[in-house]
Amino acid sequence: MAIFKEFSKQKRDRSAADRQRHKELVKEKIKKGISDVIANESIIGQDKDKKIKVPIRGIKEFRFVYGNNSGKGAATGTGKEQKGQVIQDQNGQPQKGQGKGEAGNDPGEDIYETEISLEEAIQLMFEDLELPDMDQKKFFQTDTEVMRKLLGYQKKGIRARLSKRKTMMNRIKRMKAKGINSNALTQNDESFPFHNDDLVYRRLQVDTEEHSNAVVLCLMDTSGSMDQTKKYLARSFYFMLYTFLQTRYENTEILFIAHHTEAKEVTEDEFFHKGESGGTIISSAYIKALEIIEERYNPMLWNIYAFHCSDGDNFASDNKKAIEHVIKLSQVCNLFGYGEIKPDIGFSWSTMLDEYKKVEEENFVSLRMRTKESVWPALKKFLNKDKSNTLMD
Amino acid sequence: MDWVLKDLAKWNDKIEEIAQQCGLDYYPQEFEVCDYHDMLGYQSYVGMPSRYPHWSFGKSFEKQNTMYKLGMGGLAYEMVINSNPCLAYLMIDNPLAMQILVMAHVYGHNDFFKNNINFSHTRAEFALETFKLNANRIRSFVETPSINYEGVERILDAAHAISFHVDRNQRIVRLSEDQQKEDYFHQINREKDNWDELKSQDQETDFIPALSEDLLLFILENSRFLQSWEKDIIRIVREETLYFLPQMETKIMNEGWASFWHYTILHKLNLPPEMHVDFIRSHNQVIRPHVGGLNPYHIGFHLMQHLAGNSNSFEEDINPQIFDIRTIDRDSSFLRRFLTQDLMEELGLFEYEKNNGKVSVSNVSNDFKGWKEVRDTLIKQVGTGGIPIIKVKGVSPISNALYLVHEYDGRELELGYVNKTMQHISTLWSNFPVHLETKVENKEVTCIFEKGNFRVEGNEETKESA
Repeated sequence: MAIFKEFSKQKRDRSAADRQRHKELVKEKIKKGISDVIANESIIGQDKDKKIKVPIRGIKEFRFVYGNNSGKGAATGTGKEQKGQVIQDQNGQPQKGQGKGEAGNDPGEDIYETEISLEEAIQLMFEDLELPDMDQKKFFQTDTEVMRKLLGYQKKGIRARLSKRKTMMNRIKRMKAKGINSNALTQNDESFPFHNDDLVYRRLQVDTEEHSNAVVLCLMDTSGSMDQTKKYLARSFYFMLYTFLQTRYENTEILFIAHHTEAKEVTEDEFFHKGESGGTIISSAYIKALEIIEERYNPMLWNIYAFHCSDGDNFASDNKKAIEHVIKLSQVCNLFGYGEIKPDIGFSWSTMLDEYKKVEEENFVSLRMRTKESVWPALKKFLNKDKSNTLMD
Repeated sequence: MDWVLKDLAKWNDKIEEIAQQCGLDYYPQEFEVCDYHDMLGYQSYVGMPSRYPHWSFGKSFEKQNTMYKLGMGGLAYEMVINSNPCLAYLMIDNPLAMQILVMAHVYGHNDFFKNNINFSHTRAEFALETFKLNANRIRSFVETPSINYEGVERILDAAHAISFHVDRNQRIVRLSEDQQKEDYFHQINREKDNWDELKSQDQETDFIPALSEDLLLFILENSRFLQSWEKDIIRIVREETLYFLPQMETKIMNEGWASFWHYTILHKLNLPPEMHVDFIRSHNQVIRPHVGGLNPYHIGFHLMQHLAGNSNSFEEDINPQIFDIRTIDRDSSFLRRFLTQDLMEELGLFEYEKNNGKVSVSNVSNDFKGWKEVRDTLIKQVGTGGIPIIKVKGVSPISNALYLVHEYDGRELELGYVNKTMQHISTLWSNFPVHLETKVENKEVTCIFEKGNFRVEGNEETKESA
């Protein structure tokens, strides 16, 4: 005689807490891998709503398992199998995930892809920067006087804003109070001088407009020595910088200055895809950048971020001039950075990194990028320098 | 829902009557009706209504839920817990015919749990309470400020990584080293003479103690740095593995046995014709072959039915031999003893070989030589055969490094996993180095996890010293 227990409508969700914890772990995992995905070439310059696939290696439960590549197994068949018959041929098919990490007994179990929008991905990426939760925008506003008007009166002020009319009226009031007939004054030739208390000044109302503008100046060496891999790293960096600033400022502009021995402003496409030959004079780019800032981007109105990517080859004679202009640029920019791209490990003939060590400006950063993986740390380091400007506080 | 609880009780009485007539010997049975959400929940906690919290159960739930929603993985029709009284869950959505089948099936499992020798150490009377106590104990650690969730999770993650590395066959009594020594000398020197005590020093060098495959126990007994709460967690993980292990080792037998009984009982039940059709359809769904895979129901049912004497055994006397088989065997011995070439041909079993992503048939059952190969390969992968055997070699005296050895049987370990698993072992071994000997591409290598780094070395030195 068995006991039966009626179905209880009361909802029990035993696994809720464990599921929550699993989700947290997955999210952490995505965060860790996201910069790799973002640095991926195909998404740079894409629309924000574009969905990207993020491969998550999953939260695996590691155990000792047998490898998947070789080995034997038994299975149920139709009974018509012939010895030597090929059942499955995975060759030519792309390997899922990292192949190596797959479990032998149930392959692919833990690897799954989630689809998130680029914006979400960027959000996650910047969560990694561990910025505090606060209204981020307000730190990056610049207040600019856009209008002055005279509004109201005050007792103190500068002479230029003296309100003659009000002052005169005050004097007349005082006169009346003393019972002096103003008409009589002129006749009696008595004087009734202005008193300090009579003086009234106009009040000046200053209207400020809040600006939240940023411009990213991308400077890059397009000389012969900059090959595609180097450009690709630079491009990843600019993309991340640009996207990051977009999340902070209402209005973000980007412009590209390519240089070899001379600098010019170019379009994005030209910037990344046109190769030039010849030597390198770095200062030319800085001069060009300074010119553009002068013309179009008043540092009062704009938060200027400039970053220069180069492989560090420069005419030695130009080094001194370059450093001078680095200092000048640092003064007008929120942040100015120099990234030296040296994908190949080994001895490098010339490097600007050593030269730039002499620069003592607080908002100047020089760093080195070797691989795709180093782009994100480089960006972090770059942005961290902005502490003085409360960007990262 | 075409039934109420009373209907189930009515049918249950009939089922029990037949079961008893047939000689099934089972624990008192309890059924609990639940919906799909509950069922998924029970599934992810391997049926235990109360288990300690860990994210892996949450992951399991998510996975099964997703699969269920995508229609990729069916939900279990039933779930039976090895406990006394035996607890089983019935899905509320199943129609009456299905419930009857499930109930009959449950009695098969129940009988198996009670009588199979592999389950003798699982203490079914205390199973539910033990799990509850363990869960409470771990929760109390979580609530201890000095340990809290992260601390518990760290140990649980690590212990889960080697949770299956315990003594797989609890029926084989593990002798202590002294006992082993005694046995050893007993064997080489049947007539012990008086000089033996004096000579023993010499001979001891020849004696090599059997290595333990119980990593968790070894760590528990030999770690000098684990705190008591950490040991407690490891002990709990080990205890729960030992409880579940027999179910893994007898999957084919257990399901075969239960399927055989639901089939037999339902034929004796005299179901109304429309229900009978439903029953036959569900039954065939359960025991159908999974081409390209292995369905334990399929193989188990086929074998059990064959051993019972006749494919229409429900009409005739059942060969009492099968009761002995269900008592003393486990999957590997069961298949080795009773899987004949004829049966394998009927089941259409074959062996395949993987080579660089290419899978080809290497042996078939109707081959007079090859069928044994197929059988042996099958035996290797049933039960816990898919889990590599790792044994403890010892601890080095100065560096306190833990030496493990993989019992290589032609199957290589996945090194990526070895890396992470050794990292977990190192956590349990208080961050001291861990060494593992194994074979990669037919070369002996040692995997070393030391100071947070994993490396693989060729085995020149060890060969010299050996």
